[in-house]
Amino acid sequence: MGALPATVHTLKPPRVEVSLAPAMNQPSAAPEKPLYVRTKAPDWLPRALAPALGLALFVALWAILAKAGGRLPDPASTWHSALEVFGNPFYRKGPNDQGIGWNVLTSLGRVGIGFGLAALVGIPLGFMIGRFRFLSDMAAPVISILKPVSPLAWLPIGLMVFKAANPAAIYVIFVCSLWPMIVNTAVGVRQIPQDYLNVARVLNLPEWTVFRKILFPAVLPYMITGVRLSIGVAWLVIVAAEMLTGGVGIGFWVWDEWNNLNVQHIIIAIFTVGIVGLLLEQAMILLARRFSYD
Amino acid sequence: MSERYLQIDKVRMVFQTKKGPFCALEEISLDIRAGEFVSLIGHSGCGKSTLLNIVSGLVEPSEGHVFLANREVTGPGPDRGVVFQNHSLLPWLTCFENIHLAVERVFGATERNSALKERVQRALELVQLGHAEHKYPHEISGGMKQRVGIARALSIEPKVLLLDEPFGALDALTRARLQDELMRIVAATGSTVLMVTHDVDEAVLLSDRVVMMTNGPAATIGGILDIDLPRPRDRIVLGGQRQYMALRAELLEFLYRKQMREAA
Repeated sequence: MGALPATVHTLKPPRVEVSLAPAMNQPSAAPEKPLYVRTKAPDWLPRALAPALGLALFVALWAILAKAGGRLPDPASTWHSALEVFGNPFYRKGPNDQGIGWNVLTSLGRVGIGFGLAALVGIPLGFMIGRFRFLSDMAAPVISILKPVSPLAWLPIGLMVFKAANPAAIYVIFVCSLWPMIVNTAVGVRQIPQDYLNVARVLNLPEWTVFRKILFPAVLPYMITGVRLSIGVAWLVIVAAEMLTGGVGIGFWVWDEWNNLNVQHIIIAIFTVGIVGLLLEQAMILLARRFSYD
Repeated sequence: MSERYLQIDKVRMVFQTKKGPFCALEEISLDIRAGEFVSLIGHSGCGKSTLLNIVSGLVEPSEGHVFLANREVTGPGPDRGVVFQNHSLLPWLTCFENIHLAVERVFGATERNSALKERVQRALELVQLGHAEHKYPHEISGGMKQRVGIARALSIEPKVLLLDEPFGALDALTRARLQDELMRIVAATGSTVLMVTHDVDEAVLLSDRVVMMTNGPAATIGGILDIDLPRPRDRIVLGGQRQYMALRAELLEFLYRKQMREAA
């Protein structure tokens, strides 16, 4: 009930302002006290209210669907199940039965390694492709053909080469992270304003200083965009890859719970994947803001 | 020898375009004395910035040569201090760091760190921005940025200062203040200056000589106007003087009568 009067207040002031506007133009009206004192709900209130309302609507819809029949568990039972799952996230009962904490961490580890390797290869490659027209023209056809391929299509090749599930999954992450990193770094290098390069030229700065003080900082925001896109794709792909390779990991956990017919756990996994993805994205946005110079 | 400190010798500039060769500059020769302030004025597109870029070494002339203190200019180098039209400060470096980059390049091999820092601070104080050394370019006004650009160009003790429409992007009041400040700095440092401008008042106020360029293509020097007004100059006092008015009128006559563009 507490929120309701506040929303009424936010609606009121604009109407008051309109009715007062003509009166304010007349000099005689100036000394009079205003009819209303503007009260305003704090800015954060509607901003916090809207997402809360959206989530509530979502859960309500879910509850209705669950009630309508089928085997969809309702929000309440899923919540209780989630409390149980997260009550003990780091247990270990053999290789195929571990807590959700281990599963998430294992998946994050794979993403981290695959993505890190992709950054090591992709960023320097992007720099070179952006700097030299010839290399760019050379790389363009290969990148254009390979970029739209679903990363999972690379999994059989990974399995064949590495003969093990874990490196194959990491390899898939590597491949899918690589393209956004190369492309964005290259675009960043091409976007460096000529003015900055002219500063370097008139000062005759040594190549290494040009790289450290001009090229790298100018490209950094683009690189971070590449990293953000890469991490997003990698986190999407890891779930699918782990479903296919098995072992430990959030994707495998989803598949395992499907075999156990534990639908609550599948829904918990979906939310967990979503929230971890959101946190990764937000972390990257924070990082990007740190390095933007506008 | 100081009569020919900066020497532009029969410079010609032809650009290769899709429609064939385009002659931007035709046989330009100009000698500038040490300590002289020379302005290049002309309508936009007359190649005055191209000429400045040739002197700075950013552009190589098709024919002819540029000599600075008896040495041929073969490329960009820190013996010329360039102030760009849009300040060109690196946004990820503070004002101090922006200047330090230049100072370290020129004096880093021969001077200690403390001496380098002192040079940066002196340059900032010269443009009266000692208080803003830790500010980033986006935290200061357009006029202040341009002043940092001037400080950067002067910090390396160049043989000649090259200004490419340095105040073109500023509002009229800020521009006037910076022009006064530039006059003070040039008087204090005895710099040799080559400035590109399209502002008649700016040219008359600041220069010892104004080089009037004809319209392109094949632009060349249409005339040189000696500005023998005594220094220090005061814009308000000058504004009412007949000599100033006459010089101004002569420039306007050249730009708007003789070199009027058909469709500008």
